[in-house]
Amino acid sequence: MGQSEEEHLTGQQASRITYTLESSLDSVNKVEATAEQMAKKAGIDEDEIFKITMAVREAAVNAVLHGNSYDPEKRITASFENTGESLVIRIADQGKGLDPETLPDPLAPENLLRGSGRGIFLILSFMDEVHFKQLHPGTELTLIKHLGTAQTGS
Amino acid sequence: MSMKVTTRQVDGVTILDLSGRITLGEGSVQLRDAIRDLLAKGSKLILLNLADVNYIDSSGIGELVSAYTTVRNQGGELKLLNLTKKVHDLLQITKLYTVFDVKDDEASAIASFTRA
Repeated sequence: MGQSEEEHLTGQQASRITYTLESSLDSVNKVEATAEQMAKKAGIDEDEIFKITMAVREAAVNAVLHGNSYDPEKRITASFENTGESLVIRIADQGKGLDPETLPDPLAPENLLRGSGRGIFLILSFMDEVHFKQLHPGTELTLIKHLGTAQTGS
Repeated sequence: MSMKVTTRQVDGVTILDLSGRITLGEGSVQLRDAIRDLLAKGSKLILLNLADVNYIDSSGIGELVSAYTTVRNQGGELKLLNLTKKVHDLLQITKLYTVFDVKDDEASAIASFTRA
């Protein structure tokens, strides 16, 4: 259903999966589930898996909802890579673009009771690095979790 | 995947036992509808039992905040009961833990509501 899948396996440590998906909640759930599987496979502990999964879900929701506005003509792209040192997840949309500098601070007293606006904050809270890149059109978020600190070591 | 909502009445307080996920497109809408229905029926003392809510995203957090403000704006009270560690931690980092009245014992939670 309008979905292409590309998978590169270049070695035991470095593997990358890329999905191009419709702007739907099903896509959000698929991206979330893929992130969870990837984090589990990397031996990351449960608390960190939760944080990674949630950050990736929030990024996917942003792409589908705020980026592409559920437009059936627009796609999101999600790629998942374990570099051996880090988990690197990239989520891109084809929307109008996002400037993180202009987002209101959800922790400011006047914003605490707002019903929305916490997604990017949670992503920043839960990942080790977050990069925003403007596409033409759209936005790409790169979420990075360093391995080592997040692994159980078992 | 979706959330289940069970409603109980104890001493004039409506307890919503929620289980599952409160996320965009799943539990969020169910929670909003449940609160709206209660307010329409005049039930304004509401206790959300989150003991079996194992996952909540920013949309779900937003829905809890909206539920809290909606009930309060109609002269009611909405409190939270039995947070899991994950939900507790999320409310801490979003600075909402002190906004909500959070309880961990049902009987004392029910007793804490202000009756007219």
